[in-house]
Amino acid sequence: MNISAKEWFKSGSPWVWMNAAAVAICIIMVVGLLGLIAVRGLSHFWPAGIVQGSYTIDAQSKTVVGEIVETNEVLTKQLLEAGIKLTTDDEFSTRHLLKVGNRDIYGSDFTWALEAFFTEQTYPEMLFTAERREWGNLYGYLRSLKQDGTEIARFDGYEKSSDYIALWSELNERLERVLQIHDDILEIEKHEIGAINYELERLRLKERGLQLDNVTDSAPFEAINQQRKVLDLAYEDLQQRLIDLYTQINRDSLTAEVAGGQVVEVQLAKIVRIFRPNDMHMGQKMIHYAAKLWEFVSDDPREANTEGGIFPAIFGTVMMVLLMSLLVTPFGVIAAVYLREYAKQGFVTRLIRIAVNNLAGVPSIVYGVFGLGFFVYFLGGNIDDLFFAAAKPAPTFGTPGLMWASLTLALLTVPVVIVATEEGLSRIPRALREGSLALGATKFETLMKVVLPMASPAMMTGVILAIARAAGEVAPLMLVGVVKLAPSLPLDGNYPFIHLDQKFMHLGFHIYDVGFQSPNVEAARPLVYATALLLVLVIALLNMSAIAIRNHLREKYKALEM
Amino acid sequence: MNIENSSAIPDLDFDTPAARRGRKLRALKDKMASVGIGLGGISVIIAILLIFFYLLYEVLPMFRSAEVQPWQHNNQIVEPYALPGAGKTLYMAMEEQAEIGLRVTDQGEMVFFSTTSGDIIKRHQAQLPLNTTITSFAMVSENSRMFALGLSNGQAMVFKHTYKSTYPDGQRVILPSITFPLGEQPIDVASSPLEQLTVSGSDGSYALIGGTQGNLQAIFISQTENMFTGDVELEQSTTHLPDLGIKIKKMLLMPDLAWLFVAGENGKMAVVSLRNKDEPIITQVLNASSSKITTFDLLLGGNAILLGNAKGEVSQWFLVRDDQGQWQMTKIRSFDTGNTSVTDLAIEHRRKGFATIDTAGDLRLYNSTANANVLVKNVTQADASMITLGPRANAALIEQAGKLTLLHIDNEHPEVSWSSLWGKVWYEGYEEPSYIWQSSAANNDFEPKFSLMPLAFGTLKAAFYAMILATPLAICGAIYTAYFMVPSLRRKVKPFIELMEALPTVILGFLAGLWLAPFMEENLPGIFVTLLLLPLAVLAFAFAWAQMPKQIRWLVPDGWDALLLIPVIMLATWVSISISPSIELVLFDGNMRHWLTNDLGIAYDQRNAMVIGIAMGFAVIPTIFSITEDAIFAVPKHLSYGSLALGATPWQTLTRVVMPTASPGIFSAVMIGMGRAVGETMIVLMATGNTPIMDVNIFEGMRTLAANIAVEMPESEVGSTHYRILFLAAFVLFMFTFAVNTLAETIRQRLRNKYGSL
Repeated sequence: MNISAKEWFKSGSPWVWMNAAAVAICIIMVVGLLGLIAVRGLSHFWPAGIVQGSYTIDAQSKTVVGEIVETNEVLTKQLLEAGIKLTTDDEFSTRHLLKVGNRDIYGSDFTWALEAFFTEQTYPEMLFTAERREWGNLYGYLRSLKQDGTEIARFDGYEKSSDYIALWSELNERLERVLQIHDDILEIEKHEIGAINYELERLRLKERGLQLDNVTDSAPFEAINQQRKVLDLAYEDLQQRLIDLYTQINRDSLTAEVAGGQVVEVQLAKIVRIFRPNDMHMGQKMIHYAAKLWEFVSDDPREANTEGGIFPAIFGTVMMVLLMSLLVTPFGVIAAVYLREYAKQGFVTRLIRIAVNNLAGVPSIVYGVFGLGFFVYFLGGNIDDLFFAAAKPAPTFGTPGLMWASLTLALLTVPVVIVATEEGLSRIPRALREGSLALGATKFETLMKVVLPMASPAMMTGVILAIARAAGEVAPLMLVGVVKLAPSLPLDGNYPFIHLDQKFMHLGFHIYDVGFQSPNVEAARPLVYATALLLVLVIALLNMSAIAIRNHLREKYKALEM
Repeated sequence: MNIENSSAIPDLDFDTPAARRGRKLRALKDKMASVGIGLGGISVIIAILLIFFYLLYEVLPMFRSAEVQPWQHNNQIVEPYALPGAGKTLYMAMEEQAEIGLRVTDQGEMVFFSTTSGDIIKRHQAQLPLNTTITSFAMVSENSRMFALGLSNGQAMVFKHTYKSTYPDGQRVILPSITFPLGEQPIDVASSPLEQLTVSGSDGSYALIGGTQGNLQAIFISQTENMFTGDVELEQSTTHLPDLGIKIKKMLLMPDLAWLFVAGENGKMAVVSLRNKDEPIITQVLNASSSKITTFDLLLGGNAILLGNAKGEVSQWFLVRDDQGQWQMTKIRSFDTGNTSVTDLAIEHRRKGFATIDTAGDLRLYNSTANANVLVKNVTQADASMITLGPRANAALIEQAGKLTLLHIDNEHPEVSWSSLWGKVWYEGYEEPSYIWQSSAANNDFEPKFSLMPLAFGTLKAAFYAMILATPLAICGAIYTAYFMVPSLRRKVKPFIELMEALPTVILGFLAGLWLAPFMEENLPGIFVTLLLLPLAVLAFAFAWAQMPKQIRWLVPDGWDALLLIPVIMLATWVSISISPSIELVLFDGNMRHWLTNDLGIAYDQRNAMVIGIAMGFAVIPTIFSITEDAIFAVPKHLSYGSLALGATPWQTLTRVVMPTASPGIFSAVMIGMGRAVGETMIVLMATGNTPIMDVNIFEGMRTLAANIAVEMPESEVGSTHYRILFLAAFVLFMFTFAVNTLAETIRQRLRNKYGSL
């Protein structure tokens, strides 16, 4: 059927198509965004091959070794204008962004390389990557192993040979030992010494408290001093063990030849992981990938949050969200029950309902300002004056912390729970309530035995939506308790185990901080994508379960509606 | 009657004591629950409403007017006491705590006294050379605590009053003393008696100008510390000043020693440039006042002059660069005063404020930035002759008929007024009045610029560009989803787009700042080509589809068109982006950004309003989409069926029947989306440069109210004006979104009722 353009326009169908295009664009945007995050976030952990080549510019040639991170096209003209002597007729030239690592030697992690000058590109199997605790990755050829400064094994070639492999496995064995010692040191430093310091601080506060109360009796002071002595002794013991471990961990070192022929020595204690990506087959790469992924979700961050894992951020987020849901669920439900079941339905109730509804639309930063002013400075300041006078002038609750963050977010999300619960309550047929009342149940019994159980999926929906919103919210948290690096988790083995006054790390803030405040944004970017992916997954999961529960609920009550 | 039956069920006795107790207990439980739930519910609602009142509670003190009361010491009002020391007062000052006062007299006596009792604590007599008298007095600035005495032999002496706090036995004791920052020896300034004197400078570079009418001499002193011995060496140079042609009443020297301002008789003022130290030039002589000049002082920072006259007018002046680049002394603003002659004026030490006392004994407090008279109060009888303010501006000392009165001033936030928050203000050093937000700087004598206009403007700009993208996309999308799409697809698409709403904005902001902004900068022509090509490609495809044979068209049922378009749109976008460098090469000489800046003169920031438009548009789309979709879907089907049955095309039915019915709902959707865009923090924080500029240019950034709070709140001092203004910003955001949402909600409710009746 052929129709003329004029007729076609008159029928209005172009406009329908334009509307369809809008939907398509929305869908593409969402999928594209999720895809972008997923691809960039997940590819970070894949062991990329290390390319070696010779880079010749202005008749000077040097060897460059690194991972190709990005490749793009630039105008040849611009390069010529910048004074680069290219002899190509193409309008565009290819260039690569190479991650050359070795920040301690070259000064920066990345360098641009023009394809035209980058010749003799190979992927030597013997090149290795060492992930270090500081200064980023090291790329190079393994040269020798040293124990207490004396060389015990050496290899000088570039080709794959059994000697090299032997040296490599020797290195792996020694690294394993070092990593074990490193774990021991961490255990002592973080947990045991941390616990002693915590106890000492508590004793100090106790003593100060006694002084403030003008206690003249010397017995309690004596007891405190006694305890302090015990702790000091334990501390010295640990200190000694630490010194031993440090001498052990610093025993071994390796030397490696980096691009340019320079040989550098690296302490094994400074190394997290070594691997030769060019010599790995698919299975090994997958194992490596899984290990890196596990490290990402289970480890502490390293190097100003740009390497390592994000475990404290995940933990902080979960902890904050759990506390928040503990606070928000009862209050939200009680308020909803009051509004729907107990309050007189009239103008005032309607007004309140609109107000509660609208509070869900108030910008989150306003809640942050309120949290900082009211919770932190006003409530926290008064709590400090009343209960924590001994710690002053250092604030205990008078400073942003976990409790205030949870409370602020609880306030932020309570309208969500109220609205969802109210909707659930309003869907329960009147007949059910009346039936229960007619059988002699009191209003409260009807509520507890009939209404609330039936409304529980709606409550769940509300709470899940509240959690999803709270997990993604960053702006208010920046004011009421989130930090870029928390020295310890808010939950640990020291009395009282949950530290509500402590500051914590958060996934959303981690993204903002590492992506925008980090000294080495380029190096940190893949990690930010990975963090973003994790956050998106968590929130999408929460939302989808909320939607599923909601649909289930609707189905359930369809049968009840007459 | 069947007796057996009734006796067979004895368990059904409801009136046993146990059952009664049970009922009572249940009734009690019910009652308790009612009370509990009532209390709980009400308290939650109150807690929510508390936000409003707390924000207001933090904001209101800014708008409270100042208060002045007699000073209380040990719960007793400090009564006026006799002047400590002898002679006429040249100068008075107080130390930080306002516990100790200093009075300098024309006999060279410097008396430190207790401000609460007038008891003399310490007395210092200036060592005047033989047979000389004090002929003039000059002050460097209130917060440098330095002053100079001019002598009849042409010499001047420079002093500084300093205070040291010590804590013997846990009690604070303040020890006052006089030091000599420029040496104990008198400095030769002029050959004639120093009838006039002014002194200024800072950080080892000072100047004194003095002498008699027509014979003024300037002496520049620079102090250098010898690195090895630690001795201070003085270097001096002198210059003779030209005759000013007016009879000098008072001279003021700017702290950078580049300008001298002279107040003369008959309200005249002269401006002398000392930028070339060897050749001072008189740049301006102007009629500054219509009556006798009574006070003439430099405001904090030394950049602006305050001039009071016999008619009681006080005006602020400073140098403004004109079109030719010449510095012109300009009257900036005059202050609202009574009509009585100003006798003395005291400068605040840490703010751009001052206090005046007039012949009627009225105390007035002003702030120059806010152009506000924050207090008028009669505090003494007439003929008060001198006033001084404490460094914290919490105390004032007034001399009146040989007596001193100490007053307590409560004036926390004088710099806030309606005009300073929302109007144009002529700030010191600026060429014209303007809207500026700059809350802090490195130096102490900085003038805080608290104009909320650039922030409000930035907020609306960001919201505007976001809405430009989001509104058409979301509404069109919603129309299609609700009206044309097959239900099975709709059930999948709708939750999918709604899922976007839950996407944390921090992720959108991070992508916008780190991925989209550089991408757009690189492919700028491609973005514009996409805008052009996309609709064309869609229309072309649609037309081609209409021309297809039925067999092919019927493969795809009605309502699945959107899916067909996905590859088309992706292809069009890909083509646009991939030809971007070529277009750039052909049309813009290889760099569109350069072309914009150099040829069109449009500034380009990498993180700009266009990036915000897309990123925040993305965040707003689901909100608008969801509500619009509901509104359109809720339009009763029989309306559209009727229309279709009458022969209207689906499009006609949509535009003439469905849309008018749903329009209030769509309007409320746009309002709610707008509320979200206005309050969004993370996206703007991460994807704009956060520069508070007022420019509609799509290629420049902005700073919004919300981002400003996030940036500055953690650093602001609790209870300070800055802190409260940030609360005000939060309050403005709160009220704005609340009002917009309420409006939208009301419209939606009304719409619901209307549909109910259909």
